[in-house]
Amino acid sequence: QSTWGFSGVPTMVKKETRFVEVGRVAYIAHGDDKGKLCVIVDVVDQNRALVDGPCTNVNRKILNFKAMHLTKFTITIPRSCRNRFVRKAWEKENMTQKWEESTWAKKIANRELRASLTDFDRFKLMIAKQQRNRLIRNEFCKLKKAWAKAPKKDKKAAKKK
Amino acid sequence: QRRVHGALTPSWAKMAPPKAVAKPKAKQEAKVQKPKRMITKDIGGDKNGGKRTVRASRLPRYYPTEDRPRKIKNRRLAFSQHKRRLRSSITPGTVLITVAGRHKGKRVVFLKQLNSGLLLVTGPYHLNGCPLRRINQIYVIATKTRIDISGVKLPERLNDQYFKRTKLKKPKHSDGEIFDTKKEEYTVSDERKEDQVTVDKQLTAAIKKSADKKYLFAYLGAMFALGNKQYPHKMVF
Repeated sequence: QSTWGFSGVPTMVKKETRFVEVGRVAYIAHGDDKGKLCVIVDVVDQNRALVDGPCTNVNRKILNFKAMHLTKFTITIPRSCRNRFVRKAWEKENMTQKWEESTWAKKIANRELRASLTDFDRFKLMIAKQQRNRLIRNEFCKLKKAWAKAPKKDKKAAKKK
Repeated sequence: QRRVHGALTPSWAKMAPPKAVAKPKAKQEAKVQKPKRMITKDIGGDKNGGKRTVRASRLPRYYPTEDRPRKIKNRRLAFSQHKRRLRSSITPGTVLITVAGRHKGKRVVFLKQLNSGLLLVTGPYHLNGCPLRRINQIYVIATKTRIDISGVKLPERLNDQYFKRTKLKKPKHSDGEIFDTKKEEYTVSDERKEDQVTVDKQLTAAIKKSADKKYLFAYLGAMFALGNKQYPHKMVF
């Protein structure tokens, strides 16, 4: 949203709230199915929902809302629909791919990758980081030198900008 | 009843397998006399028959409780007879991280397990200063990095006796020479140097074959350290 050159001004932006609704895709954070996605198929009461994940290896079960984290994705399914139709809707929306492209999923994948690194991998990573940082520092130092050498007039003009 | 007075009844006798016909004994065997079990002996004294039939050899006066005495298995085994175990994560060529001792923190290559159960490792020496040495596997973290050591032939003399600590001669304090005699310092024997070179040469050749060889050489030369928020129980080695 454009703020017409003023920073720190509150902007009127429609907040993206994630509601618990039939068709909401949720990430299971606790329990046996930890780490899997599921779809909210129906709501039982204030705390629990009927949940199903035919394409993500989650059996139809009742889950507490506290065990799940809502994603920004929804699929269109009728309330309490059968497993088969949840699967159809999921595949139609291509939800697995959408999820894997999301930042959240990528962060999880990165976390898992980092945890699975062996000692040798960590060593190679350290060396790669060093090499990368060396390149960056080289370029930065070059720029710094160029700035130090530049005549005062140019510097003043640059600073005004 | 199948048997009457020990013998098979006629109906059962029919079903019995035919008796094996005994081979006629050789004439020589017939001549040999069986040793007599009972002997008649003269005894003195009146009115007692004068003779007694007595066993030729006396029955034993002691019968052991077990017919075949069984050996009691001694569970207390000597060290040389102990069962040697090796962690499944440690195989020849595995890079190990030594965690204690003189070479703590070094990454070292495992060669083989010796008869005593200790692990034979080498730095290689020119990479991290760790020579051909024995370590106990409990002071070692096994990493998942493996070097193909199948082409490496270890000298046969590398065994526990080879690595056994030799006692250095203590200076004898004879009169007037207490401060003159120096302590004998440990010097590396020539055969150790020789073996180190042969093994390390082969190892270096084996490392050069792998794809990550540049990194591997640097890896073996680097020391292991834990950083912030690095918890060994959560890490994969």
